Amino acid sequence: MQFTGRRNKFGTNLQTELYLQPLQFYGQPPLENISLSEFETFAVERLKLLKTVENLGVSYVKQSEQYKQKLEKELKNLNFSYRPDAVDKDNKESSKKPPQNGPSELEKRRKDHISHFILRLAYCQTEDLRRWFIQQEVDLFRYRFNELQPIQKLEFLHKNNLQYDAISVEEKKNLKDNLVSSSYAVSGIKVELEEFYKVPFQDALDLVRTRKVYLKDGFAYIPHQDIVTIVLNDFRTRLSKALALTARSLPAVHSDERLQPLLNHLSHAYVGQDYSIQKNVGKISLEQIDSLSGKSFPLCMRKLHQALRENHHLRHGGRMQYGLFLKGIGLSLEQALQFWRMEFTRGKVDADKFDKAYAYSIRHMFGKEGKRTDYTPYSCMKVILSNPPSQGDYHGCPFRHSEPELLKQKLQFYKVSPSGVSQIMELVKGMHYQLACQKYFELTHNVEDTSFSLSHPNQYFLESQKLLGGGKDIKREADTPQRSQENSAPRGSSAADASEHLAETTEDLDAFFVDV
Amino acid sequence: MPSSDYDPACLPDLLPLYYRRLFPFSQYHRWLNYGGVQKNYFQNREFSFTLKDDIYVRYQSFNTQNELEKEMQRMNPYKIDIGAVYSHRPNQHNTVKSGSFQALEKELVFDIDMTDYDDVRSCCSAADICARCWTLMTIAVRVLDRALREDFGFRHLLWVYSGRRGVHCWVCDEAARKLSAAARSAVAEYLSLVKGGEETVKKVVLSDPIHPFIKESLAVVEHYFPQYALQQQDLLSRKDSVDKVLALVPEDVKKELQMRFQNEKRPEIRWKLIEDQAHKKQSTAKKGQHFEKEIMLQYCYPRLDVNVSKGVNHLLKSPFSVHPKTGRVSVPIDLRELDKFDPFAVPTISLICEELDRPKAGEEEEEKPEDATEREDERDAAEKRKIRAYKRTSLAKYVKHFDQFLDALARSRKGELLRQSDLQKEF
Ligand code: SF4
Ligand SMILES: [Zn+2]
Repeated sequence: MQFTGRRNKFGTNLQTELYLQPLQFYGQPPLENISLSEFETFAVERLKLLKTVENLGVSYVKQSEQYKQKLEKELKNLNFSYRPDAVDKDNKESSKKPPQNGPSELEKRRKDHISHFILRLAYCQTEDLRRWFIQQEVDLFRYRFNELQPIQKLEFLHKNNLQYDAISVEEKKNLKDNLVSSSYAVSGIKVELEEFYKVPFQDALDLVRTRKVYLKDGFAYIPHQDIVTIVLNDFRTRLSKALALTARSLPAVHSDERLQPLLNHLSHAYVGQDYSIQKNVGKISLEQIDSLSGKSFPLCMRKLHQALRENHHLRHGGRMQYGLFLKGIGLSLEQALQFWRMEFTRGKVDADKFDKAYAYSIRHMFGKEGKRTDYTPYSCMKVILSNPPSQGDYHGCPFRHSEPELLKQKLQFYKVSPSGVSQIMELVKGMHYQLACQKYFELTHNVEDTSFSLSHPNQYFLESQKLLGGGKDIKREADTPQRSQENSAPRGSSAADASEHLAETTEDLDAFFVDV
Repeated sequence: MPSSDYDPACLPDLLPLYYRRLFPFSQYHRWLNYGGVQKNYFQNREFSFTLKDDIYVRYQSFNTQNELEKEMQRMNPYKIDIGAVYSHRPNQHNTVKSGSFQALEKELVFDIDMTDYDDVRSCCSAADICARCWTLMTIAVRVLDRALREDFGFRHLLWVYSGRRGVHCWVCDEAARKLSAAARSAVAEYLSLVKGGEETVKKVVLSDPIHPFIKESLAVVEHYFPQYALQQQDLLSRKDSVDKVLALVPEDVKKELQMRFQNEKRPEIRWKLIEDQAHKKQSTAKKGQHFEKEIMLQYCYPRLDVNVSKGVNHLLKSPFSVHPKTGRVSVPIDLRELDKFDPFAVPTISLICEELDRPKAGEEEEEKPEDATEREDERDAAEKRKIRAYKRTSLAKYVKHFDQFLDALARSRKGELLRQSDLQKEF
């Protein structure tokens, strides 16, 4: 994928200079080509990072020691830059030996840069998304800015042309009493030594809100030590404007058949839960599954269930998608083993072979084998984007992966009204697969307006049960933080092929970022 | 002119008359059009109407003053709310691609409601008000008006009686209308001092150093406190109320004061004793002994409904809307006469409709020529008749004050234009 065409010749130099600084204002979009698989990895990892930022902000006081430690750890884990002085060290040592583990600091900064811009595309679409994205990015920026050495801070201000008006000695003298009583940390002596900057109060909202600054006639008088507030505010304003501009160029993104679903999914992921921790294990009996599949399963799962009953077999992709879903709705390991064994042994597989060849992978799903990872049920994003079904596969999302004509027939077969069918097909045509699924949900549950935004097959199931009155025993804790498995879950090679193919067909990304 | 003659059952009969002959449409449009400087500023403004039987219609919008007039005369709303200026015509919001219909601007607004003071009023509760507790509103207006002007630099503040038990403030400066939601909530939080609900005893806690804003606000409160709290509310006379006050001071001080209060019943002296204790503490203890100030603030400091101020798209009852329960018109308050403002003297819709029917006694023909540039051609005779109409009623002085407010807005618009063209000349 190419981020730009027209600026390529300056690209390399500008870029290198940009990455020499430990922190940037994200003023310029990336100027280079990246592969689609890198695109996806970067996006998902930044999303993880931002979700960590969000979670930490809820659990800890921002900028407390614990908060900073945890955030540093996460930055390290996800290979984002976390040490402002790392480049210098790297450079000095690089002549002797290449970095030993993982990417170099420069590569991390590149990733930081690119991933930020990818998420801008995904998170510019609605007011809520923008607000969420800005908040997390601002918190991340605050952490990074505060980690800078004083000299680096000055450099940063200088490089980014951030100049603030310092008030005169005279004015300072006149306002001294008020300045002293407006800030906890400013004593009379300090007032004389310290610079005060006079900015419109709108540029220092955090200080205004908490009454930690002197206000007069619409201006805030900010002691130098609090300058981070203005910088952050500046960052927030720029980002907010940039997102609004990007949103306006969205039609271009919408017309991009490959990018659009990916971006939609990235943006849906932030509200997502992982549906892996179950409180209702064993609440569902195997006998119920047939009837539940007709009433409360989303089409993707209903289709897998039918295929399994008919063929007494599912290939790996289907077993993963359906097996994890069943685990998510509350099947225990024992039940799962029994369920799959029963069905498979009706076909060509005998009990012995099942135990040898398949039981392992079922236990694997429940984290009882191998790396002992507790796999989470697939989100819509994962179902739609990764590992598209090939011949003999029944997994995937019918709204995304079925022939429109077949999908239409199926909907008619499921007794969706003609107008409902055409509404759904319209959404499918616009590549709004989850919205199409949600519309299907509304039509088949006779509700006008669902209050949730669909992002997960297990969510579909829970919402359906809630409506049908079966929700009482199938409840889960709503506030479980997402433990995203988007990346660690195994991927078929076909996904990689698809990415390659995508790489050839997508347009220049930077066309979506209007110059301010 | 007792207001008790208003009967809510008559409202449906009075409203048509009010909207046909009394509602100051011309000024109203002049206000929300803001000189026509920004394109579609009036056209993209949301109005919402509450009709008979609490039918609530949102997203009304109008192209011209004439259209607004016609619609209001047709629908005769029981209540009018004003919302934001949107990116598109609000009445077409359904046809706009979702997400792109956005609230862009609105006046910065404040809503102060007497029900929020129930724990510190002894005279009334809930929706009731009386002359005694109205002082709380006077204090609120003084405190906020000062801060919004001196601290935030705003100039065009329209204070409006809500028609029942509170006041609203519309900050109309261009800078205020353009504030983001984040900025609005920051302003509202800056202005909020009283925190905590039913479960909180001590709702104001001051820490050193005391911010200049709090000092200024205290100066206002101190001015009203003796007369209002000690005399009118009997703060330190009634046993239960004394106990509540003493719950706000440190334990040792409380014991001391309880003892002294046994021989001292006069409220002013009792207050003096509290102050003395506070000063003593302040000179000996290390920091943060401001309980006398905290008491005054807890009992008198304005209590804002922060949520109303925060959102750009939040609706607020419009000036000149009638309150369906009391029948009183929501009128602008002239701050030069704030201390004399009496909510019970605000005209009701029945009163002004009645005045309209009275023979024109001594009516003066001092029709002030309207600003010619801001007048449309079509309406003339009808308009003039209407001007005369409201001038015959007690609504006149409130509309006049509104006119003055609008003139000031227009003047600073002109000033701004001049400044800009001067700037251009310099280049
Ligand atoms: S959108 Fe999600 S729930 Fe709906 S069919 Fe596709 S994968 Fe299943
Ligand atoms: Zn009262």
